[in-house]
Amino acid sequence: MDELRLRELRALITARKRWNVVFSALGVVALMVGILTFTTLFVDMLIDGLPRLSRDFFTAFPSRRPADAGILSAWVGSTLVMLVTAAFAVPLGVAAGVYLEEYAPRNWMTDLIEINVANLAGVPSIVYGLLALGLFVYQFGLGQSILAAGLTLGLLVLPVVIVATREAIRSIPGAIREGAYALGATPWQTTAHHILPYSLAGILTGVIIGMARAIGETAPLITIGALTFIAFLPTPPVSLDPPFLSFDWLMSPFTVMPIQMFNWTSRPEAAFHHNAAAAGLVLVVMTLSMNALAIYLRYLLRRRIRW
Amino acid sequence: MIETLLFCAALVSVAVTTGIVVILVKESLAFFEHVPLSQFLTDTQWTPLFSDAHYGILPLLSGTLVSSAVALAVAIPLGTIIAIYLSEFAPHALREIAKPFLELLGGVPTIVYGYFALLFVTPLLQALFPQLPGFNLLSAGLVMGIMIIPYVSSVSEDAMRAVPMSLREGSYAMGATRFQTALAVVTPAAFSGIAAAYILGISRAVGETMIVAVAAGMQPNFTWNPLEPAATITAYIVQVALGDLPHGSVAYQTIFAAGLTLALVTLFFNVLGHLLRKRFRQAY
Repeated sequence: MDELRLRELRALITARKRWNVVFSALGVVALMVGILTFTTLFVDMLIDGLPRLSRDFFTAFPSRRPADAGILSAWVGSTLVMLVTAAFAVPLGVAAGVYLEEYAPRNWMTDLIEINVANLAGVPSIVYGLLALGLFVYQFGLGQSILAAGLTLGLLVLPVVIVATREAIRSIPGAIREGAYALGATPWQTTAHHILPYSLAGILTGVIIGMARAIGETAPLITIGALTFIAFLPTPPVSLDPPFLSFDWLMSPFTVMPIQMFNWTSRPEAAFHHNAAAAGLVLVVMTLSMNALAIYLRYLLRRRIRW
Repeated sequence: MIETLLFCAALVSVAVTTGIVVILVKESLAFFEHVPLSQFLTDTQWTPLFSDAHYGILPLLSGTLVSSAVALAVAIPLGTIIAIYLSEFAPHALREIAKPFLELLGGVPTIVYGYFALLFVTPLLQALFPQLPGFNLLSAGLVMGIMIIPYVSSVSEDAMRAVPMSLREGSYAMGATRFQTALAVVTPAAFSGIAAAYILGISRAVGETMIVAVAAGMQPNFTWNPLEPAATITAYIVQVALGDLPHGSVAYQTIFAAGLTLALVTLFFNVLGHLLRKRFRQAY
């Protein structure tokens, strides 16, 4: 009798434990779906796009003939827009993050700002485009310019930079602050000499992730009315003749990599799809290497810093 | 002095929110001067650019909801399984590799996913359903689901990892298996975080633009069938922005009315998520 009961019990345990194995297998399968999809996507683009990736592709303007078309105006546009975005979002985001962590009093105003930052991160990107269309393009009269585009994407990555700055600052132990204050440092001296340098790598990680997101962002820029066919370059920011620096490029019309890819994807001819694949490859390699850099930085950070 | 400067920087976020609300409401009010709210909410046609203009948001709303539903049908089960697996079952080394890889998946530009949906997934699906049109909500939704998996899985996993070890140990001590512990102890304990992950996924799906604009077509179509082409709210905004609309015309104002609807739908889900989190929050 006992023997029988024991055997029953064992069978029961085995059956229950079988679910562990079943679920583990399910987990691996689910993980593989994600990974395989990405691999398929990449290989598919590689097959279609790789033959188009020559030096000419990077130095040619878009063209009506697919074989002559290139991404010169697109990558130059992307670079310039990113410059504006970074110049706008990084100082502002870091300052806001520092304020919230180091200065902000506990009151309703701070709560309001915090709730705002959290909510802004969840606003669909196209809504930023609508804001920019109404505000930058028409209210401020910036038109469909690089400046308007850079500011739009700047608003979009602002929450990312703020959150990253706050997290980086929060990981600094309070003892560092107390040490600085004990030696008579003002809050700003504490921030400038200790808090910012120690959180630099963490902030940089967030900035890179934010920029990687901005560089692949299409919808808000289409919404502000970015053109899809640009066959000229903006005025170069640096020149050999005095006054050497020029800011005319800020007001220049532009196109960016993802818009160029969208344009080629939505054409019916297969030859243009190959161009789209090539542009997509460049775009994916750019965003992935930026993300990989950020992940690597964070890994270094976790290993190096022992408070 | 410096504090004031920093405060002003922090205030920019409030200014952005205010700006979004003011712009959307202002242009939408101008729109509703031309179009009665009742027509906006009940008309089943959306043809603002035709001479016989109809302004019913329902076709765009149905397109948005159907593509989002398809995406969530992919992302929620897969994302949840991945989260439970990585948090409770996977060996440490696998987790360390899989997490950054999933993050990379979320970092791929959406236009690239759009290209993939239109030129790879749709032909593949057409082999299964020969009558499937070249533009359809199904392939856009499926690819969107894959894109959203990392958002769902990483937030849910963080929530599960935050469940204290003692709860799991208690469960093991009672003789529960790993699977039973994961399902009956860890998942309920992390439910508020998992709900937040689902809400994030929904927000991403509803607001996603380029995949649907490329792969689902831009023809407003009042349908609940994912095998048909249809436009979403976001795709409509893209379509109008691609053309050259005079500033101040009714057609120009429609994209703000559509944007306001989109913002309200997202807001609805975010409030819902907030309530869910409050209702199921567990403190240790």
